[in-house]
Amino acid sequence: MRTDHHSAYLSPILEKYGENASNLMQILREAQECHGYLHPDAIDFLCEKLGLPRTKIVGVASFYSFFYLEPRGQYRILFSDNITDRMMGSELLLARMCKTLWLEKGKLSEDALVSVDTTSCTGMCDQGPALLVNNFAITHLTEARVDSICALVREQVPLEEWPSELFEVKDNIRRSDILLLEEDFSLRAALRQGPEAILSELKLSNLRGRGGAGFATALKWEACRNAAGSERYVICNADEGEPGTFKDRVLLTLHAKKVFEGMILCGFVIGSKKGMLYLRGEYRYLLGHLEKTLQDMRQAHLLGNAILGDFDFDIEIHMGAGAYICGEESALIESLEGKRGTPRNRPPFPVTNGYLDRPTVVNNVETFCAATLVAAHGGKWYSEIGTQKSSGTKILSVSGDCERPGIYEYPFGVTVREVLQDCRAISPQAVQVSGPSGVMVAQAEFDRKIAFEDIPTAGAFMVFGKERDMFEVARNFVHFFAHESCGFCTPCRVGTALLRNLMDKLHNGHGSAYDFEEIRKLNGILQSMSHCGLGHSACNPVLDSIAKFRPAYEKRMLHHEFTPAFDLDQALQAARQMTGRDDRAAHLAKGEQ
Amino acid sequence: MTETFRLDGTDVPFEAGETILQAALKAGRFIPHLCHHPEFRPHGSCKLCTVKVDGRQAASCTRLATSGMKVESETEELNAERLALTQMLFVEGNHFCPSCEKSGDCQLQATAYHLGMTNAHYDHFFPNRPLDASHPDFLLDFNRCILCSLCVRASRDIDNKNVFGLAGRGMASHLIVNSKSGKLVDTDFSVSDKAAHVCPVGVILRKRQGFFIPIGSRTFDKKTIKEYVDTRLGEED
Amino acid sequence: MDNKLKVATATLAGCFGCHMSFLDIDERFFELVKHVEFDRTPLTDIKVLGECDLGLIEGGLCNSENVEVLRQFRRQCRILVSVGACAINGGLPAQRNPIPLSVILDEIYLGEAGIAHGLIPNDPELPLPLDKVHPLHEVVKIDYFLPGCPPSADAIWTFLTELLAGREPVLGTELLHYD
Repeated sequence: MRTDHHSAYLSPILEKYGENASNLMQILREAQECHGYLHPDAIDFLCEKLGLPRTKIVGVASFYSFFYLEPRGQYRILFSDNITDRMMGSELLLARMCKTLWLEKGKLSEDALVSVDTTSCTGMCDQGPALLVNNFAITHLTEARVDSICALVREQVPLEEWPSELFEVKDNIRRSDILLLEEDFSLRAALRQGPEAILSELKLSNLRGRGGAGFATALKWEACRNAAGSERYVICNADEGEPGTFKDRVLLTLHAKKVFEGMILCGFVIGSKKGMLYLRGEYRYLLGHLEKTLQDMRQAHLLGNAILGDFDFDIEIHMGAGAYICGEESALIESLEGKRGTPRNRPPFPVTNGYLDRPTVVNNVETFCAATLVAAHGGKWYSEIGTQKSSGTKILSVSGDCERPGIYEYPFGVTVREVLQDCRAISPQAVQVSGPSGVMVAQAEFDRKIAFEDIPTAGAFMVFGKERDMFEVARNFVHFFAHESCGFCTPCRVGTALLRNLMDKLHNGHGSAYDFEEIRKLNGILQSMSHCGLGHSACNPVLDSIAKFRPAYEKRMLHHEFTPAFDLDQALQAARQMTGRDDRAAHLAKGEQ
Repeated sequence: MTETFRLDGTDVPFEAGETILQAALKAGRFIPHLCHHPEFRPHGSCKLCTVKVDGRQAASCTRLATSGMKVESETEELNAERLALTQMLFVEGNHFCPSCEKSGDCQLQATAYHLGMTNAHYDHFFPNRPLDASHPDFLLDFNRCILCSLCVRASRDIDNKNVFGLAGRGMASHLIVNSKSGKLVDTDFSVSDKAAHVCPVGVILRKRQGFFIPIGSRTFDKKTIKEYVDTRLGEED
Repeated sequence: MDNKLKVATATLAGCFGCHMSFLDIDERFFELVKHVEFDRTPLTDIKVLGECDLGLIEGGLCNSENVEVLRQFRRQCRILVSVGACAINGGLPAQRNPIPLSVILDEIYLGEAGIAHGLIPNDPELPLPLDKVHPLHEVVKIDYFLPGCPPSADAIWTFLTELLAGREPVLGTELLHYD
């Protein structure tokens, strides 16, 4: 029986995860790594063993981009489709690969060997164009590298035997400050201060969350510490999905121990025994390194039982599977619980009702790192760095039109112009700060500061040279939001799709002033009616580009009058083909005659 | 002493733990909604019940009422946005009222009437969603699904069956049933299930019963959605 | 007599049901013709469309001729109204939309024995079908929508009298129906 084949690889996975349904995401990921996709018989087996209905497993699997319910080939290739990848020529490289491998984008090859498609930004913008093969990253794509990948695929070389230089990922640290320079941190010394002292130093430091929203870290930890309940959780949000952001990837590469130590500190302060790091699926290649770091820390007695006195703490790593929405903290918690990543209704907030409905702190990778700095050097020292309302430093992920893309750490308050000079931006006309959901900063605003009181950011800093079309930038971002909308609420599910279609209509040269007005109205509905931040910010790039780069829209409002929603003449193509007609009456003029 | 909040200028009493919508409906005040049902836990996905709480938008079905909060609902701005959401639902699926067995008994249609909708405004998506006629007694017409998840909740929370579930993401979100074949006939769905009777639109349909009630005598021929909600609250199920 | 409003009507991909319902206003027609003069409409059999104040269109767009007629109406009519379910969302004809046109033509003309000598008609006089049936507002700007399948005579009457009186026509809940 086929089922035996599936039970053979599924049984050890289930055993590893204790046949626990809240580990469904990890079970599905490992199952797919064994079989290439989630076979219906495998789902049968999982339903039985986990006591879950099929609707639940299929519901979860179909939510995440990286789970497949149908065969996608032995090699599943996904090109990163961020605007920065496109600016570096990803579309031509993708076309080249499809042509070489004789297949159509998005479809499995006829020999069922390989599929090639696009995916949202994979966090390699400083070394793009990039792709994932079976979720492992390959950067610096060129025609030659694409050709060698095609050759490896055609010769069916197992992924483990592909040349390791293909999978090399650079750190590209260009500017280091307190966080990236800090070498030694004594966790034990920090813990000896006691939870109250750590918390009061944290308060003194004015440290704010680095995920973008900027909530005071001490307040969050304190609220969780004071929340009713016996079990608490520490969650590190490493679901770095905002296009253009990759600083957590570098922190996890070079400073993983410090990230975990920050989590341990938090666990110590709030009274938690368990931490979880939610790693985005695109960073699958980091999993081994992170697991090893954890193992080393356990051996050094920094994790496990009785780390200090009776303080026990350990950390698990959970992988995401391609869903930007899971960067939203309540969606991330749902995903950790083995569910679809739908943002929860808030309030209540995670500090009181988080993982398994228990008090939970969710912080960004960089926040945990910064917390170790505060614990080591004191809150006052930290608060004196940066600006009044934004203490400390911020790590920026710089990409786009510049000579030195990579990681830049600055004290808060640095101006956009300074960063542009340091990265040697090439005649910049705009910078997208904090990704598609952030702010499009135009030339006239380059003296604005990176700080919570001016331009808050999660870290993305994408530079656009004067040749770039800012309408196309906004359109790429709108496509991103439509693709990543979780689909839970009406305004975001339908609204982002309508917005995408209207932006495409303008792009295709069929736009009118009427469509432009429709875009503006949709923005209003998305902002006021959406369930979560994704919907609220999905129109930001459009609103910003309209306000700051209006001519890019004007030149696309080609028609004064109302224009049809679809290409009328194209709509007759099927009939022309079937009848063999091509006379004048077999065509329709595009616009109003 | 009962606590109250202000809804469009008048006081509405509430008990601790009640949402704005629950308290408002109990007080005979209508706020348009589709995914809310008094017998199920609040869900908050359709967003039609969005109100302004102290100046900021919130779904009234999930926001707990608190003493003294100022809630606006019947404003031109909010009703225009509710209309837009209703129109989005109409273009997202294939809603052809004249050929729908549920016409006249459909809450989406009745809500659209309430909001004065004369057309769907947006460009239609015309999705391709095949029917499931496999079950001897029921038909599933996914063309009309608005993803309110009432059937999902009813089957899971009341019938303890999980016959229905949501799959996919974004615009690809869709309703699925609990069988390997993907067909309703291969599930343990039955006419006595609560889930068989909660669909607010025309997805879950009893076979051989279409168009039995003549035009003029159907639910929303006789009452508005507001009156219907009032009577439903009084019903003992 | 000169200040009578000129009205034109047409049926595109529809069933004439809306026109029938229009006729159901019965004796109110005598009142109506005091205020309006009919231009091109199936009721008068006038074939050429002149400049009009009001155009009422029933039916959606299923072929190239529908599109041409609609565009002509948009050019010639000051106010254009989508009348009925098909004009407003494609209606029943749009239920063919999930099926590719090639499959439909194949099934009808090539699959069934004994029809059209196994050929798809290709006479240039015949309008070509669009790949999908569309509502009117996706192709031209529509000023008003009068829903129903068909809209009742009372709904049509209310709509027209309100419009003639220079008011924004609003149908009360008793007249607003989609079926």
